[in-house]
Parts: sequence; C-alpha cells; structure tokens
Amino acid sequence: MAEVTLRVWRGDSTGGDFENYTLEQNEGEVVLDVIHRIQATAAPDLACRWNCKAGKCGSCSVEINGKPRLMCMTRMDTLPEGPVTVTPMKTFPIIRDLVTDVSFNYVQAAKVPALMPPPMPEGGYRMFQEDVERGQEFRKCIECFMCQDVCHVIRDHDDNKQHYAGPRFFIRYAELEMHPLDQNDRRDLIREDMGLGYCNITKCCTEVCPEHIKITDNAIIPLKERIVDAHYDPVAWLGRKIRRKTKTSAVDAAVQPAP
Amino acid sequence: MTDSPYEHHEYDVLIIGAGGAGLRAAIEAGQRGLKVGIVTKSLLGKAHTVMAEGGMAAAMGNVYPEDNWKVHFRDTMRGGKYLNNYRMAELHAKEAPDRVWELEQWGALFDRTVDGKILQRDFGGHRYARLAHVGDRTGLELIRTLQQKVVSMGTDVFMECKVLKLIHDDGGRIAGCVGYWRATGEFVTFQAKTVILATGGSGKSWKITSNSWEGTGDGHAMALWAGANLIDMECVQFHPTGMVWPLSVRGLLVTEGVRGDGGVLRNSLGERFMFNYVAEMFRAETADTEEEADKWYDDHTAGRRPPELLPRDEVARAINTEVKAGRGTPHGGVYLDIATRRSAEFIRRRLPSMYHQFMELAGVDITREAMEIGPTCHYIMGGVQVDADSQETVVPGLFAAGEVGGGMHGANRLGGNSLSDLVVFGRRAGIGAAEYIEAGAFATSMDQGAVETAVKEALAPFDRSEGESPYDIQHDLQEMMQTNVGIIRNAAELDEATTKLDEFTERVKHVAVKGGRAYNPGWNLATDLPAMISLSKAVTRGAILRKESRGGHTREDFPNPDAKLGTINFAQHTDGGNWDSPVNVVESPLLVMPDELKALLEEDH
Repeated sequence: MAEVTLRVWRGDSTGGDFENYTLEQNEGEVVLDVIHRIQATAAPDLACRWNCKAGKCGSCSVEINGKPRLMCMTRMDTLPEGPVTVTPMKTFPIIRDLVTDVSFNYVQAAKVPALMPPPMPEGGYRMFQEDVERGQEFRKCIECFMCQDVCHVIRDHDDNKQHYAGPRFFIRYAELEMHPLDQNDRRDLIREDMGLGYCNITKCCTEVCPEHIKITDNAIIPLKERIVDAHYDPVAWLGRKIRRKTKTSAVDAAVQPAP
Repeated sequence: MTDSPYEHHEYDVLIIGAGGAGLRAAIEAGQRGLKVGIVTKSLLGKAHTVMAEGGMAAAMGNVYPEDNWKVHFRDTMRGGKYLNNYRMAELHAKEAPDRVWELEQWGALFDRTVDGKILQRDFGGHRYARLAHVGDRTGLELIRTLQQKVVSMGTDVFMECKVLKLIHDDGGRIAGCVGYWRATGEFVTFQAKTVILATGGSGKSWKITSNSWEGTGDGHAMALWAGANLIDMECVQFHPTGMVWPLSVRGLLVTEGVRGDGGVLRNSLGERFMFNYVAEMFRAETADTEEEADKWYDDHTAGRRPPELLPRDEVARAINTEVKAGRGTPHGGVYLDIATRRSAEFIRRRLPSMYHQFMELAGVDITREAMEIGPTCHYIMGGVQVDADSQETVVPGLFAAGEVGGGMHGANRLGGNSLSDLVVFGRRAGIGAAEYIEAGAFATSMDQGAVETAVKEALAPFDRSEGESPYDIQHDLQEMMQTNVGIIRNAAELDEATTKLDEFTERVKHVAVKGGRAYNPGWNLATDLPAMISLSKAVTRGAILRKESRGGHTREDFPNPDAKLGTINFAQHTDGGNWDSPVNVVESPLLVMPDELKALLEEDH
C-alpha cells in the first residue's frame, strides 16, 4: 500500500517545530482528509480550522509546500512526490499549530463604510445583469484571507498592518464603489487610510485566489485609477469642493432609517 | 452585575449562532436599540448558511406574475405533508419577499431578469420559478450581506466560542449561558435578558452528510436540557443529490439547481426513472412523458413539471430504491446528467460552484459527463417548538430561529425555503426578544451552581488517564445512525439504535482527551458529544413513535401515511436538566388551520 507523509508545523506563539506523520494513501483524498486522519489517530490535539470541506467557506487556509492553499481543495495526488509540508499562514500571528489569529481582517472589515442606497422603489430596485456582474465577481470572495497572507506589503512588514487594508478589502471597496446603487464616497478613505498606494501590483493575490477573482486587474487597478482621477484631476477636485461631498463613516451609514 | 469567577459579559439579547438566522435576529434587536451579543463556534462568515447553493424562495412574481404568497403557502404545506405549523408557513410565505428586497438594500447583488428585477429559478416542489439566487452561491451572498450589516452596526461578535449550556435564574427563566474560548480553553459566562438559539442543524450524527463539523445539534440539545420541547425530531431530510465519489467527499452537496436548470436523473440502464415514482398526491401536476416534462422548462404552461423536481423526500427515496434494485452506478449512486441537456456555457454560468467542485475534487467535467450522486443527510425539519409569531419557546426568555426551530417545514422542507426561513424568523425572534424585554419580567441573576456543574463536566475528560478517544465514539455513532436511523427505517433497527445509544451514553462518560485546553479539537469534539447523543436519541425516539411514513420519515414496516398521526407532533421534554436525563414524549396536536387557509390547499392554482 502506498503511503503519504505530512510534515506538519506544531507549536504556538512561543515556538514550535515540524512533526512527520506517515499514513496509508487513500484514493481521491485532499490534504484536509489526511489531517483529519492524523487527528483521529496519532495527534488528537492537532489544531486546524475547517468548516465546509467544499471550498465554500474559506476556513482551512494554510501554506502547503510554502504556498497558500485551501486544505479541502488540494488533492494529495496533485502534489509532487515526497513529504508534503503544511504550515500556518505566515502573515498572521500563530494561535496553535495550523491555526492563526486572523483578527486583522475583522478589524479592517469594521472600517468599511457601508452601502448607501437610495430609498427602494415599490417592487424593488431595477439593476441590470451586466451592472451587477462586476460586483458579483468580488462577492464570490470566501474570505480565506490567502490574498492577505501572500501580500508582501504585510507579509514582510508587519507594521504596515496599521495603514493597509490588503487585497481582500480592496475588492470589497471596489465592489462598493462599482455598486449600481451606492451613494457613499470612500475614495479619500481608500487613498489616505487604507493604503492602496502601497500595492505595486505584483498580482500575488490574484494567483492564490481560490475563487479566481481577478483582484489586481479588476479591482485594484480600476480603484487606483478612480482615486487618481478624483484626487489629482482639478475639475473633479473643484466639483468635490462645491458639492462638499464627504465620506460617511460606517456608523453614519448604518444608522440610516432601517430600510 | 453577577459575580462570576470567569470572564463575564452581559447583554439584553444574546444570540447563539452566527448563520443567517442569528445575524438577522441581531440586526433586528440592534435596530431596536438593544445591546446585542453574538456567540459563534467558528469565525464570523463561516456558518453553514454559506453552503446553501440554489437560492431563497420568495413569491415576488418577477418571473411568473401568477405567483403569490398563497401558492407558496400551499406548496410549503404540501411539501411538508401537512405536518407544518401552518402559521409559520403562512408568515413565511407572506414575508419572504420583503426579506429578499431588504437584503438588496444592504448590499446583496442577486442575478437579474432582462428587465432588471431579481431573477427567480425553479426548484423542487415550488409551482413557479421562485428562488432568488446568485448563481449557485446564494448562501454566501446571504451570509456576507448580513455579516457586513452586523459589522457596520458595531455588534459584538464572540468568535470561536463554544457554548456548553444554557443557564436559568432561580425562577426558571433563561438567564444566559456558559461556554469556553476555543483559542485558550478558558471559560466565559454570558448573562442575558433573552437568549436566541440560532445554532443550525445536526447532520454530523450521520456518516454521509452535507453538514460541516459544526452541525452537532448543540441548540436542539441545549434547548431540551433547558426545558423546551423538541418536535418532529424524526423528520430528517436526506438531500437526493450528494456526491458519492471519491469517498473523501461522499455526502458533499450537489445543488437542486442542477435539476431546476434542466438536469435529469438516470439509472445505470440510462432510464429517466423518476417517472416511475410519482406519488398520488403529485400525479395531477407532474408530467407523464419526457417530452411533456422537457417543454415545461421553457414555459410552465406548456406542460406539467418534470418528476425530477418532486419534493426532496420523494426523489431521495426513489434513488435509494433504484440503487437497492441493482440499477446504481459503480460507486453506489445514480447519474445526474446536465451535460447532454444544456450547453457548456450555460452550465458554467448557472452552476459555477458545481463545475468547480466536480472538476477539482472528482476530476469530472460536468459539462461533458454525468455526475454520480446519492442521498446525503442534509437538514432536520424537527426542532424546538416555538410560538409562530414570536419564536419564543415554553422557557421564558428563550427563543429559537432557523434550522434549530421546529414546525415551519413539517415533515419535509422544500429547497429554497431554508434561506427565507432564516431571515423571516430571525427577524421575528429579534422582535420577540425585544417585546419580552419590554414586558420587564426577565432574569437578573444566573444560577452559579449550574455554571460550575457545566464547567466540571467539560473538564472531566482531561482527568481520565484511561479512556476512549472522542473520535472513535463519534465515528461509531455516525456509522450506527447511518445504518439504523437512516433514510428508510424499521422497528427492529430503531430498537437496536435505542440500545446502542444507551451504550454510547456510557462511553461518553468515559471519554478521555490528550493535550491542553488551547485550541484542542479532540477536547472540542468531546464537548460536542453530549449534544450529538441527545439529538440522536430524540430522532430515534420520534422515529419509533411515528408508526407511519410521512415526508422525511419513512418506515418500511408502516409504508403509508396515517391520518391520525398526521394531526399531531411528538413533543419531547425533560425536567432533568442534564444531557442524560430521561425524556418524556407527549402528543402535541397541530394548530387548527382557519378555513380560508384550508381552502388554499384545495385550490387548483
């Protein structure tokens, strides 16, 4: 019977090391299946996150042979021969074993000013498929945070987390900015506080996205163009001054009368 | 302020569970000015709602203007084989459209009709195309929209926190709960004027299931232990189409949208066998021939419905019968074929997740080949008995909404009625909780003795040097429930299940875990086991008592429905308060439907 070996990082915030686990190989298994078999036998306390096991929830993000991957969607038979190395995401602090503290992302989520639509007409809004499709691409995001993990702006420089939202939230801002109903303006916020300028479009995020969202081409670059237009175009600048359109905070947006 | 030796929080409304129902309840209570906390076993946005694929049912009439709440109500009651709480089915049918439109105001982007309205798709048991959807990832859209709304309101969310037990005050009112942080294993108490259970389902008690690790029936069990009633627990939905191969993904859901969009079921002989399984109650509205059925997809007035779109219980039983008769696929399923019926471009646009899922996990291109599928444990219709309008249980201050609630779906749930259930009754639970607080008779202190008992019980597995692994018990339980309390049941197997469940109860008392308390999945599983056992017992008990076949409950020794049993729910209750306390069952008569609603069931729409 063929065997598989997983080299799994075990430890916590104080340190850790790799442990090797060798098991029988089963047909069609994904990395998460092997982790589960390790939990059921050799290491019942091996910590990992998972939920749906179908690539829909984005919980089981780790680095497999050094690359961000979902454990539930990585078939063992697609990996090169030899031991498979499984490590926690590098960009986030370790909690235990393969589990990291991803609260950075929830802090960023709380800063996003909400959608601000006009009052809904009788019978619902009218929007057209071609207009909603741009936003729908970004709403496929399963929040696996692998784009955040791979983004060198925060992967290599932890202090940038103070002023950089990261690719997951750039697609969120792009989605809202392109939303057919939105009346909120987040352009200054994105430029000044969310650090869009730090991204130098190396497309690492796009490469790891399990939903194949074109993060760089369809979100980040159009967002950069939009902000540059707004900020440096004197006509737009004047228009903004005259209309005195200011960004609205998330809290302001949320306390609109409940639709 | 209660004096607690543990980390302690106080709220007006504490919501356990952060899926669609919990988040919608939180929004409602928050908008009414109440202090709201949400506790979830996972990270925010990962709840099982995310797995819902096909859509949410709401009679908006965007595709078929003939559609309205009355037809939706009728479809829901017929799908539920009339075991439903009619009032819940009525409220659901009336309010679902407003809940869909409201999501759009909060940022959801549904697929559109050519004139810019929300597009609606066909699903089993729904007379008209009724499901608002986003491709085949509607659940993701729902949870993300609600999650973003909750976050924008600044609601407190306690992530990766497992609740062990509900706690009363000395007057028997709900006063809060005790749980632990998964990251550290440290205990935490929440005191609340009201608690809303929104914990979802319980599929993890079966081996082949579409449910994630979270579906351990925590809310069902905690409600029972706290003195609430569980009804219809025998009614478990086996979704007809789960993946069967490779083994590691066995049970993974394949959306009903495949059939709604034209996919058909075939056996190994290539026959569209569903034509042989049309029950009497659906015969008048189901096509007799393939030709008639195929006309229906383009124009619902040109032919009657294809039999592949019968309610889920009917289709799952038919597949089961075909496989048992030796007409199954090599891996023990049947074929679901959309490749020969729709263009590759259509399939990739309408069913992107399914395309991706089969390609990556099974190496099957569904635009070229048929899928192999079979039934998978998907949903529990049974749940906590609630007042239809407020979602309040018989325990003062305790509410339940979503899958953990009982009654809405009767003996069988129609596809698409779950997402709408979450938001309709999540909102109502939020209102119910607000009104309960307004009335002023809420608890103000927690029974600390009960907190200590729960903590001690949770830590006991660490004290046992010798003992069984929680994984072994879970594995054996799943095997047993799959074999004895599965899709087709009989008295002998159910009696065996009862005996085995008593053995499992003893085994859980001797479970041992290794390692520390910080993020220890073995320990986490050990603390899920009491709920899984309680849940399994309740299902088995209900299945023994319901000596008939109805919806998601099929007895081979009682193959027909029984008129008298069709008028009662079996309500399970315990006064003992512990997970192994004896449970009583009483016959709880169904609410009597007003004549004008009865008339809707008879009408030929």
